[in-house]
Parts: sequence; structure tokens; C-alpha cells
Amino acid sequence: MNIQEFLTIFISAVFIYNVILSRFLGLCSFIAISKETKPALAMSFAVMFVIVSSSMITWFVYRFMLLPFNLTYLRTISFILVIATFVQFVEMVVRKVSPQLYRAFGIYLPLITVNCAVLGVAVLNIDMFFLNGKQVAGSFYYSVFQGLCVGLGYTLAMLLMSGIRERLQLCNVPKSLKDFPLAFIIGSILSLSFMGFSGFSR
Amino acid sequence: MKNLVKEFTKGIIKENPTFILVLGLCPTLAVSVSVANGIGMGIAATFVLLGSSAIVALVRDFIPDKIRIPCYIVIIATFVTIAELCMKAYSPVLDRALGIYVPLIVVNCIVLGRAEAFACKNSMARSFFDGLGMGLGFTLALILISGIREFLGSGQILGHALIKGFEPIFVFGMPSGALLVIGLLLGFFNLLKNRKA
Repeated sequence: MNIQEFLTIFISAVFIYNVILSRFLGLCSFIAISKETKPALAMSFAVMFVIVSSSMITWFVYRFMLLPFNLTYLRTISFILVIATFVQFVEMVVRKVSPQLYRAFGIYLPLITVNCAVLGVAVLNIDMFFLNGKQVAGSFYYSVFQGLCVGLGYTLAMLLMSGIRERLQLCNVPKSLKDFPLAFIIGSILSLSFMGFSGFSR
Repeated sequence: MKNLVKEFTKGIIKENPTFILVLGLCPTLAVSVSVANGIGMGIAATFVLLGSSAIVALVRDFIPDKIRIPCYIVIIATFVTIAELCMKAYSPVLDRALGIYVPLIVVNCIVLGRAEAFACKNSMARSFFDGLGMGLGFTLALILISGIREFLGSGQILGHALIKGFEPIFVFGMPSGALLVIGLLLGFFNLLKNRKA
């Protein structure tokens, strides 16, 4: 475990393999909620929170339940169940503790269950930090840090996209390209510019 | 019988999950680098859709309304695990090419969407054909997108060069090309719809 590893994870998760623009995880919410900056930002924070916590939880589930009992083939089922339960739990807590916060991003929480980015990061963590059924030294910290960085990458892409789309509302675009198609084409150009970072990898 | 045929055919064009309903785009874009990958993903997703739609329809009367989504997810995840293990056993090359996108069929909106919108209200036979049609529509969409991308990005279809001396445009094999192709295709389908209206 050293600083260099963390730096590599940061740069590859935020820029080179950006969740949305290069791995295509969480694309649905990216297209659907990026019309304005404010909801986009609220959604991003909610996603970041859920990804970081689920990275932690799924690491414990995998390390202490699935690995010792040779149940690794139950990975998909157990992860999605844990994530779904956790999201439901957070939603209940937020609604009870802070109605204001609930109004701000509570409605996005149920959507996050089926956000591919959350399950994707959990699976990716296992693929990257558990080699041949053994954990890499410091894998817990790497997993959580990767979750955080993926969340940051998500936020970055959401901010860029919503900023551009806010401006587009005043533009006169062809009727057939309105909304979804144009959003994808903008995403394509953004992704093209993110390709420039790929030289960063060793 | 006529009804079943209708449930089957609507998913292919009229309610195509990719182009008309715009669902489940993450795997569509990620695996459409080559036609072989596209077909593999399409078959896996169709299998999951078929199985989960049929089972959800079968047990729809026993599932309490409040916890129906987690129940659906468990049923779907079971079929995804079956597909994942089969793919690992019989086609390791494809499994490596598709990578994390196989377990991610669980969160594919098409599968959960069909369970929630169709299978929980209809009989098992109808849900089965609905799943089959949707799966086929998804596979066809994947073949279309991956065909365009593989042809432009590497000058080949299924590994065979089509035109001699065609200079491949690499960007179509990149993520950016996938977004461009799907954007333009969606625009094209919208254009057709607007023409008709």
C-alpha cells in the first residue's frame, strides 16, 4: 500500500476510465437527470455516498462471508441484495431524520439501486483487489478509495453534461435530435476529449 | 394464439427496448465493439428476460406488493448467475470479452422494467413471449449497433474484411464512437417516427 497506488486509482477512475464516459455505467441517470445543474449535482452526491458505502459493505460481505465458505458464485445475488437493502435503509433514515435532505435527493435514492455504477464498482473492486481468491494487501482501502474516485468521476461528468445541456435549452436544434439523441452526441464529444487522458496510464 | 404472436412481435420493432423505450443502454454501448460480443450479450440477456418474466408471472400472486422489487431482483439475479456460470464454462473467451457486463445484466433496466410493467400483470405464457420478443429486439439492436461499429472501427464484420483497402476509423471502436452511433441512430428513428406522424 503506497501513495503511488492511490494516485493511479484516482487518475484511472476519474479520468482514463471515467464511469460514464468510458465504462458506460450509470448512463441512464446521466442522460435522464442531466438537464439542469442542481438536480444533477444532488444526484451525483447521492450516488457518490451510495457507491462509497456499498464498496465498504460488499468488501466485508465478500471477504468474511463468501470467501471463507467458498460461495463466490453467489457474488451477483448477494451484492445486489445488500445494495438494494442498504439503499432502502438509507432512504428510510433520511426521510425520518431530515425531511429537507429527503426532498433534495430522496427521490433519486430508489433509482440508485438499479444504477449500474454501484454494482459495477462493487464487482470491479472484487475483480481488481482479490486475485485468485486472495485479497491484495490493503484491498479494503483500495476498494473504498476506488469507490470515492468513481463517485468523483461521475460528479465531474454530470456537471459538465448538465452545464452544456442548460445552455442548449435556448438553442434551436433539429426536432428529431431533441433530448436523448443530442445528449448522446454531446456525450460522445465529451468522451472524445476524455480520451486524451489515456496517455496517463503507464 | 393471436395474442401471443402480438406479444412476441411488439418487442422487435414497435416497442423495441433500445430504440423506442431507450432502456438498458449501458451494456448496449459497452459490449458493441464487435458483432460476436453483441450476439453473446443479446443471448445472455434474452435468456435472463425469458426466465425471469416467466417466473415472475408464475409467482405474481404470492409476492406481497411492498417488497415486490427486491423479490424480482432476486429472481433476476438467479438467472443472471446461471447465465454467468454457463458462459464461464462453455465460452471463456466471450466471458472475458464481456467482463463485468455479464453480472450487470441484473441492473439492466429492460429486465426489471418488463417484470414490473408486464410480467406482474399477465399470465405466464404471455410473459414468456413478451420476454422472448423483447430479448430478440434487444439482440437485433445490439447486432445493428455492433455491426456499424465493427465495420467502421475495424473494417470487418465477424472477423471478415468486407471491402478491400477500407481504412478503419478507429474512433468507432472507442467509447466515444459508441455514443455517437447510438445518438445518430436514435435521431434517425425519431425522424422516421416524425415522418409517419
